[in-house]
Amino acid sequence: MLKLRFASPEMLVDINEIPDLAYHVRDPDGAIRVGALCRHADLERSTLLAQHQPTMMGAAPVVADPIVRNRGTLVGSLCHADPQGDWASVMMALDASVIAYGTQGRRSIPIRDLVSGPFQNTLSYDEIAVEAVVPPPQGVATGGYLKLERRVGDFATAGVAVAIDRVGDRVVRAGIGLTGVGGSTIAADDAAAVLIDGSLSAENISEAAELAAAAARPHTDHRGSADYKRQLIRVFTRRLLNRLTTAGEEAA
Amino acid sequence: MTSLYEEMAPTPADEVPVRQVTITVNGERRSARVEPRLLLVHLLRQGFKLTGTHIGCDTTNCGACTVLVDGTPIKSCTMLAVQADGHDVMTVEGLAGPSELHAIQEGFKEEHGLQCGFCTPGMMLTSKALLEENPNPTEDEIRWALGGNLCRCTGYQNIVKAVMWAAEKLGDGAVSTAEYGDGEVTA
Repeated sequence: MLKLRFASPEMLVDINEIPDLAYHVRDPDGAIRVGALCRHADLERSTLLAQHQPTMMGAAPVVADPIVRNRGTLVGSLCHADPQGDWASVMMALDASVIAYGTQGRRSIPIRDLVSGPFQNTLSYDEIAVEAVVPPPQGVATGGYLKLERRVGDFATAGVAVAIDRVGDRVVRAGIGLTGVGGSTIAADDAAAVLIDGSLSAENISEAAELAAAAARPHTDHRGSADYKRQLIRVFTRRLLNRLTTAGEEAA
Repeated sequence: MTSLYEEMAPTPADEVPVRQVTITVNGERRSARVEPRLLLVHLLRQGFKLTGTHIGCDTTNCGACTVLVDGTPIKSCTMLAVQADGHDVMTVEGLAGPSELHAIQEGFKEEHGLQCGFCTPGMMLTSKALLEENPNPTEDEIRWALGGNLCRCTGYQNIVKAVMWAAEKLGDGAVSTAEYGDGEVTA
């Protein structure tokens, strides 16, 4: 932001030397908390996420490139509020929140309320984001993240995050987040609603994929046409959901 | 003491905020007075005259400016010099020993891992970090690790071969020559 002259703050505070913010942990109730200095690379190598959080595990290895992942953070990515950022759609699909800390104490900001526009967040000038919190799953957490990029390190041409909590075959919670197909990250709530309280049947999956594509607001640019990006959303949503079905698991 | 500010700006020093940083660069402690906005890559190149670290895209894409900070590859065009204060930085100049190339440098030579050489310092430092974490990487793991370093000449084949060559040599028990003394020098 500074190098592109999008921002020219009078003072910049570097939080990198603050101790004890580099954690990511799973609480006894199943909530996952990610500290502000936990790097993408930490999450990419995390056995905790590999065991418990497939949507985050799907995204961690495809954020930016390996060197950038050594330095960048999940919480930083959320606050940066780039409509093409990968973590925002993942955290939206998971109904996550960000914990802000400031002179007035701590408060929790749902991810949907954190972003007020492209590259704008709702943190106050005297607050910093210290943690992202993914609520405990209602059942078994399943899901994934798919992203098309022109080359390693590029922003998403389009990306889809799917987070489904299930008890047996029944979907008890569903979230779908869309990356790079609008002026901000999109929560495809209508698509997710189709899945709740049902099973991942072929009809439900098809309908969810159509509704996700309908929720996208892509623009034609150097990464592809609007129609192409909308089709990517349709295919990725279907592909992710198909993977979660018994047939998909057997095929895999 | 290097005062990069004096070199780069014509205005008197008291009109610009200046910070003192002390960084261990390739095993030597070095200090400099810098503007807070100065990028690490500029301190290395202009301040410390270590021009092996290149500036390619200036937008965190290409990886030509990759250096190791506390052993981890980072892109030094997107880190401020003041953020490296108190840390350990390794540039390509730190790879070779007094009389011998590092195995990774030898590998790039033996396998023709470079043509124009612009991306090579970053490629080699990323490879060094990879081999320290994973001494016997597969071809896929090398390609994955080097995903943040772009090359426009070689098509990557020979770069991958160079890293495999180095892994084999280091695995043979050949000792890396890039060990530093404890010398403390203030530039």
